[in-house]
Amino acid sequence: MFRSKALSLLKLIPLMSGQSNLAYKFTHPVTACHGHRCHRSVIYKQWYRTCPHSAGRRTISAGTKVMAQGELPGVLILDIGGTHGVLEDLAALLRKHFHLITMKEFLGNKEEMRKKIQSVFVFECRPTIDRELLESLPNLKVIGNSGVGVDHLDLKMISSFGVKVTNTPNAVADPTADIGMALMLASARRLVEGCQIAVSPDTKYFAVDWLGVEVTRATLGIIGMGSIGYKVAQRARAFNMRILYHNRNRRRKEEEEAVGAHYCAKMEDLLQQSDFVMLVVNLTPETHKLIGKKELGLMKPTATLINISRGAVIDQDALVEALRNKVIRAAALDVTYPEPLPRDHPLLNLNNVIITPHIGTATVQAIHMMAEEAIANILAVLNDQPIPSEVFPK
Amino acid sequence: MEGQELPYVLVDTIGGRIGVYEDHVGFLNKCFHLITMKEYLENKTFLSKKITAIYMWYHKPHINEELLQSLPNLKVVASSGVGIDHLDLKLLSSYGVKVSNTPSVVSIDTADMGMALLLASSRRLVEGHEMAVSPETEYFPADWLGVEVSGATLGIVGMGVIGYKVAERAKAFEMKILYHNRNQRKKEEESAVGAVYCKKIDNLLQQSDFVLLAVNLTPQTHKLIGKRELELMKPTATLINISRGLVVDQDALVEALQNKVIKAAALDVTYPEPLPRDHPLLKMKNVIITPHIGSATKKTRWVMMEEMVESIQAGLAGLPVPREVLP
Repeated sequence: MFRSKALSLLKLIPLMSGQSNLAYKFTHPVTACHGHRCHRSVIYKQWYRTCPHSAGRRTISAGTKVMAQGELPGVLILDIGGTHGVLEDLAALLRKHFHLITMKEFLGNKEEMRKKIQSVFVFECRPTIDRELLESLPNLKVIGNSGVGVDHLDLKMISSFGVKVTNTPNAVADPTADIGMALMLASARRLVEGCQIAVSPDTKYFAVDWLGVEVTRATLGIIGMGSIGYKVAQRARAFNMRILYHNRNRRRKEEEEAVGAHYCAKMEDLLQQSDFVMLVVNLTPETHKLIGKKELGLMKPTATLINISRGAVIDQDALVEALRNKVIRAAALDVTYPEPLPRDHPLLNLNNVIITPHIGTATVQAIHMMAEEAIANILAVLNDQPIPSEVFPK
Repeated sequence: MEGQELPYVLVDTIGGRIGVYEDHVGFLNKCFHLITMKEYLENKTFLSKKITAIYMWYHKPHINEELLQSLPNLKVVASSGVGIDHLDLKLLSSYGVKVSNTPSVVSIDTADMGMALLLASSRRLVEGHEMAVSPETEYFPADWLGVEVSGATLGIVGMGVIGYKVAERAKAFEMKILYHNRNQRKKEEESAVGAVYCKKIDNLLQQSDFVLLAVNLTPQTHKLIGKRELELMKPTATLINISRGLVVDQDALVEALQNKVIKAAALDVTYPEPLPRDHPLLKMKNVIITPHIGSATKKTRWVMMEEMVESIQAGLAGLPVPREVLP
């Protein structure tokens, strides 16, 4: 299903948030010189576009043709392979455009390596970008993050070094919306519990009074109606769900009507009416502990809380208490704080909690698309082109 | 209703693990005089002539010729759920007994369950949960991946009410939908969900990333999916079964999964239910099994009960029986 699209010279237009089928196009072939070692001009023709698939889903491709061999820009990564390193086939993708330098290589030969590094490719929040690292990389121009969340990056500090930060909002939207739906359905129908019963050595019969709750025609309250939240709404609509949403800004009428979503200016109204509450915000100081004891108390006792944003958006202790005291029915969390939770954490032992190991974008296809989107962003910065998805400090 | 007795209706048990739900009993007692199997067996002489209907909740009480012979005034059997493969329709008809089921009320929840299994399997949800809560877990590995649902190809085998509702849901995930059915659906119905008809099941099997079985169990669909069909599927494909265990040749499925002929399976139904505790399907990491909960929601079970009551009342009044199943 994943494949690179054909390359062509195109025009760049900026990405607008909330809209999925926009095309990016690049016009200008760029002449770039890399340091004093470059004797011939290295011309990069970049083709990058987000093209709507025939069924309307996003595909992103980046292609770079190096006209004459010079030195590829150096990009720092944590590692290749292993427990936290960049996956092998992603490394292959990166190597088409960059000279990859692992942390080990960098630390082993700082003097030579430090000037070569123009970018850091951050994969699953690694390597950590701290002041010390930034100080040691004089030619660093951009942190290319794989993924859309940048709460692990100190944007102000990075900006103070004149370094740009980019993320990958397009690649994450579909798979994350899918995981939101997967968690909602699994929790409502008690799928994990059911599976455990079905395979348990102690099971002798299936009890007929073992019930879950309905998803179709229930009320879904989406908190955070950005690209991902909107895609959740599109999916939920096909289940005839009544959709409420709360967002910093109200969406356009046509957008609301397309998914049958009703705006709740007050989050409290959404909480009181929803059978399922799904958190799809990004983590900022404003959304930190957005859902606490008060908010959980406002939810229906039959309601389910689903979190596909960041663990810190929920007051976890308040959640444990609410679940234990049946203030809400259940929770399904792709994200926690920290990840993983300590092994003695109460959330791990509650029957009415499903936890998944932050797999919102953990598909073969999404991982590749995030890398391609990050590559395109990094190249745009290094070649002084309009940047598809730059993130600015507040 | 003064002086008129409520109809005597036979049930298996009330409450407990297989009985009529306790919280349905209040409503049922307003309509019927419920007789449990135990009560019937203790007082056969009196009760056998009184019983005019059987309220069959999850395939119980079991109906055989002996029972039919001892209930001379039996007129209606109302069966919960949509499947009637557990009933001998010809036999019942020969005794002049009408049969009803509850086909439409189950369709929504079952379609939802089909989607739940499809999503859970593709994203390895059960495995992921187990990793997230396991005492041994120290970190979440970076190379742990599932497969995408959005944009993938779903092949629906059996495009009846349930199959069609699955298609409606899958469309919102931008899935490409193929379907195989005894009869092709109307053009408008196909375009509404973007479904493409595959006259030959082989074509569907060869092209699908997810194959979902939503047929009823009949002699024609018994072992519909066997070794040949599994081999036609992509090695990256997932089989989802929300119909009946016997639609799949289970031994062939085990072999196909063990030899990576297909990637994974997600089954709400097996044969038997539950499976024997030493069955190989129970131990496979790439298999999700749920305990036949396709219609297991409070609301749906309540509506089922109401529909069964309605069918029995109509049958006893000599009126056309809603949701009658003909042999």
